[in-house]
Amino acid sequence: MSGEHDDALISRQVRLLESLLEEKGLVGGETVDEVVDGFLANASPVNGARAVARAWTDPAYKERLLADGAAAVGELGFAAGGVQKQRLRVAENTQTVHNVVVCTLCSCYPLRLLGPSPGWYKSEAYRSRVVRDPRGVLAEFGVTLPDEVRVTVWDSSAETRYMVLPRRPEGTDGLSEAELARLVTRNGLIGTAVL
Amino acid sequence: MARINDVGGMTGFGAIDTTDDAEPFHADWEARVFALQRALLVRKIFNLDEFRDAIETMPPGAYLAASYYERWLYAIRTLLERKGVIEEGALDHA
Repeated sequence: MSGEHDDALISRQVRLLESLLEEKGLVGGETVDEVVDGFLANASPVNGARAVARAWTDPAYKERLLADGAAAVGELGFAAGGVQKQRLRVAENTQTVHNVVVCTLCSCYPLRLLGPSPGWYKSEAYRSRVVRDPRGVLAEFGVTLPDEVRVTVWDSSAETRYMVLPRRPEGTDGLSEAELARLVTRNGLIGTAVL
Repeated sequence: MARINDVGGMTGFGAIDTTDDAEPFHADWEARVFALQRALLVRKIFNLDEFRDAIETMPPGAYLAASYYERWLYAIRTLLERKGVIEEGALDHA
């Protein structure tokens, strides 16, 4: 994230490492593109948006989503595809509570539901400050909340990931579930935007 | 012992670059490092906890100077050297 680095040198190191591991038969077989595509193919904020739109339109689903996020998104076909088993906790925004998600230790994030994480999510600036001064951080994202709204910050871990259930925007009563899903943004699911 | 990655609550990292950038990789080598990590996990050369630990125990100065996938490369290299899969310093003359 910081400092100037010699991309060409690092590239050569990575190539050398690859060839050393290939000689030992430890890598090879699948190409980089296959690995990357396989990992990212099913990861998109469209998935998280679908779960949110379902929760907005189906109170029973919302209850299940808040009770056991992993099982509820599993109903929609979005099983977490990570190397380790993970819990998913969905935090609901209300008139009085706004939630925001961070991983202070590194970059844990519900990739399947939110797609690749933005650079700022992995930055020391965001990770260090959102737990100390969440309102100040939200202001940098253009979000100003009334004083009476409590801000809750959720710190992710290797075992538990978080997703925000944003508030349904006003004046959307006539919209279909699919139309509602299109209103949901990635930052809305992290909590750095209100819809 | 405090680890440098545990930055929650620290001050002094400056303003957040809120650019909406969700490109997973910014150079070909980053994707290659990502793919290497997956391959080595699948082949159980190391596990995810060891990998995280290797990043978290980086010397603080190196951690802060490194980009996200430079940390990954450091961790892979460190674990492979520690386990004798590659010789120490094997990448020094790339």
